[in-house]
Amino acid sequence: MAEYQNIFTRIQVRGPAPYPGVPLPADNSPREGTPSEVHLFGRLGDAQIGPFYLGYLGMLSLLFGFIAFEIIGLNMLASVNWNLSEFIRQLFWLALEPPPPEYGLRIPPLNKGGWWIVAGFFLTLSMLLWWVRTYRRARELGMGTHVAWAFAGAIWLYLVLGFIRPVAMGSWSEAVPFGIFPHLDWTAAFSIRYGNLFYNPFHALSIVFLYGSVLLFAMHAATILALGRYGGEREIEQTLDRGTAAERGGLFWRWTMGFNATFESIHRWAWWFAFLCPVTGGIGILLTGTVVDNWYLWAVDRHFAPAYTMPWTPAIDPSIVQGAPR
Amino acid sequence: MSRFSLSIAAAVAALLCGVIFVTTFERPPVLSSQGGFRGLSMGDVQNPRTIPARLAANQVPEAPEAAETDGPKAHETYENVQVLRDLSAAQFNRLMIVMTEWIAPNQGCGYCHNVENMASDEVYTKVVARRMLQMTHKINSEWATHVGQTGVTCYTCHRGNPVPTMVWSTEPNSRAGLQAPRGQNHPASSVGESSLPSDPFTPFLLGEQQIRNISATSLPGRNSQNIMTTEWTYGLMMHMSTSLGVNCTHCHNSRSFAEWAQSPPARTTAWHGIRMVRDINMSYIEPLKPVWAQHPNGPAEGPHGPRLGAMGDPLKVNCSTCHQGVNRPLNGAPMLRDFPELKQVNQGPLRSADATPR
Repeated sequence: MAEYQNIFTRIQVRGPAPYPGVPLPADNSPREGTPSEVHLFGRLGDAQIGPFYLGYLGMLSLLFGFIAFEIIGLNMLASVNWNLSEFIRQLFWLALEPPPPEYGLRIPPLNKGGWWIVAGFFLTLSMLLWWVRTYRRARELGMGTHVAWAFAGAIWLYLVLGFIRPVAMGSWSEAVPFGIFPHLDWTAAFSIRYGNLFYNPFHALSIVFLYGSVLLFAMHAATILALGRYGGEREIEQTLDRGTAAERGGLFWRWTMGFNATFESIHRWAWWFAFLCPVTGGIGILLTGTVVDNWYLWAVDRHFAPAYTMPWTPAIDPSIVQGAPR
Repeated sequence: MSRFSLSIAAAVAALLCGVIFVTTFERPPVLSSQGGFRGLSMGDVQNPRTIPARLAANQVPEAPEAAETDGPKAHETYENVQVLRDLSAAQFNRLMIVMTEWIAPNQGCGYCHNVENMASDEVYTKVVARRMLQMTHKINSEWATHVGQTGVTCYTCHRGNPVPTMVWSTEPNSRAGLQAPRGQNHPASSVGESSLPSDPFTPFLLGEQQIRNISATSLPGRNSQNIMTTEWTYGLMMHMSTSLGVNCTHCHNSRSFAEWAQSPPARTTAWHGIRMVRDINMSYIEPLKPVWAQHPNGPAEGPHGPRLGAMGDPLKVNCSTCHQGVNRPLNGAPMLRDFPELKQVNQGPLRSADATPR
């Protein structure tokens, strides 16, 4: 008999024939493609690929996403003089930057950040359409819309970074560039310019939810895998009709830390932690530069930045010493 | 896909990751020493396996025996001595010998002199050398805030090369088209291989653009610096960090990069260093541009090599020109102490028209 209880499973989840899916309600376009099975995918998840539901929302979302991807890629390629090997070599360093500060919220020439606005417009449109798609697909399948609202949390953070906060600050130049290393350098520069995000309470909350999500994910995944031999992966059945797997999982945590979630509530814990990570983070970003300009000094004002003495004589700003060079 | 091809793919991926890992990371352990208040992680991190090579690359050549200070003066013995006129002839000769060793060991006297007529100014490098001697004197006498009593000599930068190896020139930014150049987002060794602005020298070490970005108040409204200008400062700081082989915490308490009262004393030294480099570039290097422009490929006798950058500007100085990867240039050896001749340089205007600052 096959086993389904280890971290690396030997099971291929395959039906006797590819499953076409439940019938769709009226007004839905048909699913596309003939389903097939791939061994590698079977090792990671379900072996069956397709059929897909594309629909006009999916089509438009992919199209707009592709346009944004192309604009960003072609701008990067232009920045290395259309040299393909340099494009590959420098790919992680290349970027499409937002307009420089002198343009404020005006529309700059295309080559001075205009392309950034165009790419951002299409990317935003693509994401919003994909959001509607996740919402509508869930409804058509008779599901709740939890996935769509979790995705909305991520879109909120994206919009704060690229649209809401730049508009509040009155300058596109406050937005994030498109690029692998450049967006990381931007993040560091953002924290430096605004006096260290470490002292931003919403940044701290966001990190709590980020690390909390990871912790909850590990605890839950480990519990379910450990209960595999008792059918613990049948979480929904065991929520309604607690079997030995649910009992043992609950007892394990009750004995270990005194309190346990249930097979149902653990998923609420995980959903809220994951959702609140980008939501609190977005609030923290939105307050930066608009309400607080230097988080470290803000923390000093509110007496929660610890004061300590350094093992050297405090330095004096040399530029205010009389007779100093400029 | 078969089990076999999966294994092959996994092996290739593992090999690729291995190569990236081995070529990108330094092997542990590293030495970490704590500097600031306990628990702040204001550490100095050094890899003990790279220290010997760095020490060896920054050794001071042995100084020749000191010269007699009495006897006839150089300007009495030789013709056309302008900046070293008050040295004794013996000191003058000693300095000429070490300068050859420091700057043109392979070319000899002929790198700066017409060996048929040593007094002649016809070789342009001699005109440059006069100005460089005045510059060295000014650094040692007026920039003690940065160089302390250790001081600098020609060797601090030149290290046996007619043109110091670690120099910079303004980057050409003429590319136009789909994307106007932003001076960043390409891998650049000048800023520690990051994607930060790769020429922070032109605005900050030649110009006097504002380096400070962080607000002095917690609430907004008084600081026009933005994230983009911060990236330029960040680039300069990466240059300083890599040039000196130190972490950010060598000069800053990273909880607040701006706050002076919490910064290590090295930050004050570095602040003066930035002004010193500006002074060198603006008062000494830039004014010599016409001389180099007449000889863009070096003296006729060689060694041939560019004396100007891509934009036609001279090769200028930044932190790495002296520091060359170590916190204290030449490992802090007080080389100047052995060369009192460098403290007796006449700062008066030079007679040769080419060498006067414009």
